[in-house]
Amino acid sequence: MTNSVSQGNRKATLAIHKLTSCSGCQAVILNLGEDLLTLLEQVEILHFVEGGIYQPDAKVDIALVEGSVSTPDDQIRLNAIREHCQLLIAVGACACSGGVQALRNVKQSDDWAASVYADKRYIDSLSRSHAIADCTKVDFELWGCPISGRQILAALSMLLRGVSPISPTEKLCQECKRRQQVCVVVTQGEPCMGPVTRAGCGALCPQFGAPCYTCFGPSEQPNMQGLARRFQALGLPPQRVAERFVSISAGAPAFADAYRDLMIDIAKTKD
Amino acid sequence: MSSEQQGDRVIELNVPMITRLEGEGALVLKAKEGKLESVHLKIYEPPRYFEKLLEGKHFTELPHIVARICGICPIAYQMTAVRAVETLFEVVLPDSIAALRRVTQCGEWLQSHALHIHFLAAPDYLGFDNVMGLAKRYPEEVKRGMRLQALGNDLLRLQGGRSVHPIGLKVGGYSALPDPKVIAELVERLSQAEVDCQQLARWIASLPIPDDNQTFLSVACSGDGSYPMNEGKIRVSDGAEISADEYPTHFIEHQEPHSTALFSLYRGKEPYLVGPLARINLSFDRLHPAVQTLANDLGWRFPSHNMYHSIAARVLECYYAVLEAKSILEGIGTLTMIDAAVEVTPKAGQASWVTEAPRGLIYHRYELDKEGYIKACSIIPPTSQNQARIEQDLITSVNRFGLDHSEEELKFYCERLIRNYDPCISCSVHFLKLQLLS
Repeated sequence: MTNSVSQGNRKATLAIHKLTSCSGCQAVILNLGEDLLTLLEQVEILHFVEGGIYQPDAKVDIALVEGSVSTPDDQIRLNAIREHCQLLIAVGACACSGGVQALRNVKQSDDWAASVYADKRYIDSLSRSHAIADCTKVDFELWGCPISGRQILAALSMLLRGVSPISPTEKLCQECKRRQQVCVVVTQGEPCMGPVTRAGCGALCPQFGAPCYTCFGPSEQPNMQGLARRFQALGLPPQRVAERFVSISAGAPAFADAYRDLMIDIAKTKD
Repeated sequence: MSSEQQGDRVIELNVPMITRLEGEGALVLKAKEGKLESVHLKIYEPPRYFEKLLEGKHFTELPHIVARICGICPIAYQMTAVRAVETLFEVVLPDSIAALRRVTQCGEWLQSHALHIHFLAAPDYLGFDNVMGLAKRYPEEVKRGMRLQALGNDLLRLQGGRSVHPIGLKVGGYSALPDPKVIAELVERLSQAEVDCQQLARWIASLPIPDDNQTFLSVACSGDGSYPMNEGKIRVSDGAEISADEYPTHFIEHQEPHSTALFSLYRGKEPYLVGPLARINLSFDRLHPAVQTLANDLGWRFPSHNMYHSIAARVLECYYAVLEAKSILEGIGTLTMIDAAVEVTPKAGQASWVTEAPRGLIYHRYELDKEGYIKACSIIPPTSQNQARIEQDLITSVNRFGLDHSEEELKFYCERLIRNYDPCISCSVHFLKLQLLS
């Protein structure tokens, strides 16, 4: 069984790495409370800088990687992580799609470093923020900004038992309906991204009467153009409609492409 | 990583990644012939260009995007951003919404401080490499810390759905009002947490905390009569009072080659401290009387110039957060008479605001067009403000400690000193507004 990390009586080993990110998914791990203590009985953590364990080159069964690849150094570190682990799990929106910092991929961003820093010589930054899977082989992806504690515990529990983790690809709307929530597009005219966004958060925003903003990335079979037309029919200006598609998961190709198409449409109307 | 020669000893200490920090930073220390040449906290987190990411975004998307600056203190960014835009839109908040916002901030302070005290700081004072070692020897203390951390997280969930990148806060108020049943449960847990906080304080007071007196300026919000969270002008321990609009003329940033975060100096000259110790130094008398009494009983006197009293300040702010959240939630009433948010009308112009993140003063300025789209912004987090102070402390303290120590001892000494500031390095690197020199 290729996904098994069970090693007889030895505890499975784990490394937690961070590339370009806000550290929020690591915070979710540090927020697990008593579940964290239980997890530590099942796995041995060999690298987790924030937790106080520094062995970046230790061989491990599972490497969890938070963050996107946005500098040459990120790529070098990612290559080393891949070399030293059996299974690599991309954790969170940054690792799975490039994160909010991937807005630079879809915007005119050539002059950003110059406008923010006085002296560009010290700044080493790639022109794009990449998902991990664009840069190396990824075994599993856990989407979310942030991931949830339940999600990471479930994935690790399954892996420890030799089972591939399940990652839902259904739409947020389905999760929302199962919770019997009222649709915020239909009842409040809010530009909710639920119809094209992956489930996983528990439909939090609609639960608060607010529109979804794509934390868990694109769903299966998203009808981006259909949703954009619906937002336009709500009376939202075209620019604001286009911006809805490039938020937390701006680097996901389905969203980046939808944004590009909508911007082309806007340019055509102006001509 | 290091070289050592007998006789004229050359020390080149290079710690590529300091552990138990939020985000990634390195330490580089150089000394020759018994003299310290340089010591730097190197910040090399990749820049994410948040101020540029926000350009062209509608103000309704602002809280979601700024939250992602930091996974440990997202509320600090959301709160400062919405308060700045509310100032521009001339929003008058009902008292109950303003009070609920203090509860949200109490939640963030409590979870962030509890995490720092137990996961990041305490191992330094008890001889452990990490919290896993600490938990084996001090299981009840660590579980108590996790209980407080969980309570802070649940205060954030009350109005944000989740504790990392909560979704409730918006310009004008909140997306929804909290469930009274959940409020009642939280009040009960907050009552129980009072004892946890008192015991935590006694435990921390029993640790061998260094006595390290230094001269430094403290800077924090004034709080407008309350312990500072998101109201009032900026207060400096030299007596100055500065409005948020005047921030850039008093706190001047510059770039250093070894850091992707900017250094900030008061009036262009002097490093300064922001964070729990700065707040408590300036506003000890605004804490709840029970917190003041506890501090006095334990012999903690403020204002204090012992930098290591930062951990005491964090503990006292945990206790304050518990008492403040409890008193607000008990007195909030039925919440049936108010809306979750007031209507807002976009307006062109610019506005600034300052609030207190768990790690200290945070400054935002936004310029919006008449439809409410962001034209430009400036965001200055606490850690880039503390960076110059940390390096000043490193130089003073390493000289005082002396170089006649093993590299291992010097490394531990410097790392503990840096951790004491609880730097939030992920946050610190995305900001700064300067002209290109070339």
